Amino acid sequence: MKTIYILWLRQLKRYFRSKSRIIGSLAQPLLFLVSLGYGFGPVFQKAGQGNYIDFLAPGIIGMSIIFSSIFSGMEIIWDRQFGFLKETLVAPVSRLSIMIGRTLGGTTVALMQGVIVFLIAMVAGFHPYNFALLPLAILVMLLVAFLFTALGTMIASLLSDMQGFQLIMNFLIMPLFFLSGALFPLQGLPKAITTIASLDPLSYGVDAFRTLLTGVTHFGLGLDILVLSGVTLLFLVLGSYFFSKIQI
Amino acid sequence: MKIIEVKNLTKKFKDLIAVDNISFEVEKGEIFAFLGPNGAGKSTTIKMLTTLLQPTSGSIVLNNYDPLRNPDEVRHSFGIVFQDPSLDDELTAYENMDFHGILYDVPKKVRKDRIEHLLKLVELWDRRKSLVKEFSGGMKRRLEIARGLLHHPKVIFLDEPTLGLDPQTRNSTWNYLLELNKEEGTTIFFTTHYMEEAERVAQRVAIIDHGRIIATGTSEELKASSHSNSLEEAFLALTGKGIREEEGTNLDRMRQRRKLFRH
Ligand SMILES: Nc1ncnc2c1ncn2[C@@H]1O[C@H](COP(=O)(O)OP(=O)(O)OP(=O)(O)O)[C@@H](O)[C@H]1O
Ligand SMILES: [Mg+2]
Repeated sequence: MKTIYILWLRQLKRYFRSKSRIIGSLAQPLLFLVSLGYGFGPVFQKAGQGNYIDFLAPGIIGMSIIFSSIFSGMEIIWDRQFGFLKETLVAPVSRLSIMIGRTLGGTTVALMQGVIVFLIAMVAGFHPYNFALLPLAILVMLLVAFLFTALGTMIASLLSDMQGFQLIMNFLIMPLFFLSGALFPLQGLPKAITTIASLDPLSYGVDAFRTLLTGVTHFGLGLDILVLSGVTLLFLVLGSYFFSKIQI
Repeated sequence: MKIIEVKNLTKKFKDLIAVDNISFEVEKGEIFAFLGPNGAGKSTTIKMLTTLLQPTSGSIVLNNYDPLRNPDEVRHSFGIVFQDPSLDDELTAYENMDFHGILYDVPKKVRKDRIEHLLKLVELWDRRKSLVKEFSGGMKRRLEIARGLLHHPKVIFLDEPTLGLDPQTRNSTWNYLLELNKEEGTTIFFTTHYMEEAERVAQRVAIIDHGRIIATGTSEELKASSHSNSLEEAFLALTGKGIREEEGTNLDRMRQRRKLFRH
């Protein structure tokens, strides 16, 4: 328990100490929100789909969470390169608790990012339709953050240096984000795209945010939560397995 | 009583045999020096003893446990100061120490007292609130050592602990270690490239070259068998005078370079 706490605390301290990382990770969602939100707003409206900022905001929250949680999870690679990972791996504590502590730390960081982006979106003109559902929305953000941090941890356990990072970025994180329905409605798209979207866990996260924040749903909240929980569990199990196999 | 028993231990990295069928034993409470030229396989052996690497073949018993089957019990038994950096640069010196103390379950009161004592010992107490990334190479090294001594394990592994340290710190560190050895019976297993250091403190020495142990015994025995006046001479007589061409990985070359800078 103490192990989990101390590793969690470490992630938070590292986060709060790197101001450039905080600013950098908020700039990107802000850019998307403003450029796409205002840029496509009129077209979206004309197509009879309503307010684009309202549609887009949950997607951008999803985006900030997926990026920041996968990065947090992948911090293991840094720790391996700078040597700190050894220090935790020789300690007389279970690898599972190390993995859980780190993952919870990354989750918390990503959740904070998601909440900040939510607030920024409100400034940009986003109106959640029912504030009573906000706590629930934050819980789902937590779940999504946990899922992708676990994924990041799992990937990082399999990589020994930063060389694979670009590959992961372009062939995993970007497609997960762009094909998730974060930026466009999933109705009426070519079959291939909807099929891919339905295999992307982020689609269910974004859909759950949208359901809770704007009242519009695609898969239905029940299915969203079910899929998110199941995939989280899967990534946690795989992540802790691969983490326990790390050699230095 | 033996605290470390290694039998026919081998580690291969693809084609390279880093550790080649070595066997040795270390007695409880002994101060044991593991010497050898660059790339001989010292760090690789230590990594296998400390559960960081899986052996290709052979067996290890540390404090009656097998690192493969009972890694947690083994991890409870030892402490280690790595050859390479292993601090968190984004934390302060004190936080690095405290983090370690909590991981090793050192009770709060003891932890506080020991951290203060050790940071004073390595003369970092005044800098305890500085982030480690602001430290010089030698200061980082001193912090690594202080951290390695924070919990009092049965066996302590020191992989070139005094590399890049000034004589003052080298001295006070060894005094602390020898005291720990005397009072708590801590077994000390260390590597070094300073032969006079090994000759001064080690009760027994093993010399490893190209992954194989080529001699073991007290410094006196090694000197006598090679007709030398010092351990350094004995070492050179046993391992030859050629400089080791490293055909290691990039990381390895980086390490090598860093070592040069540190000196
Ligand atoms: N992860 C690795 N992958 C491939 N080869 C490795 C790896 N780690 C070590 N080696 C190789 O194993 C051999 C032994 O390395 P090791 O680090 O054990 O040497 P050492 O005795 O500690 O040397 P030094 O005095 O330079 O620290 C070297 O040839 C090195 O290149
Ligand atoms: Mg070494």
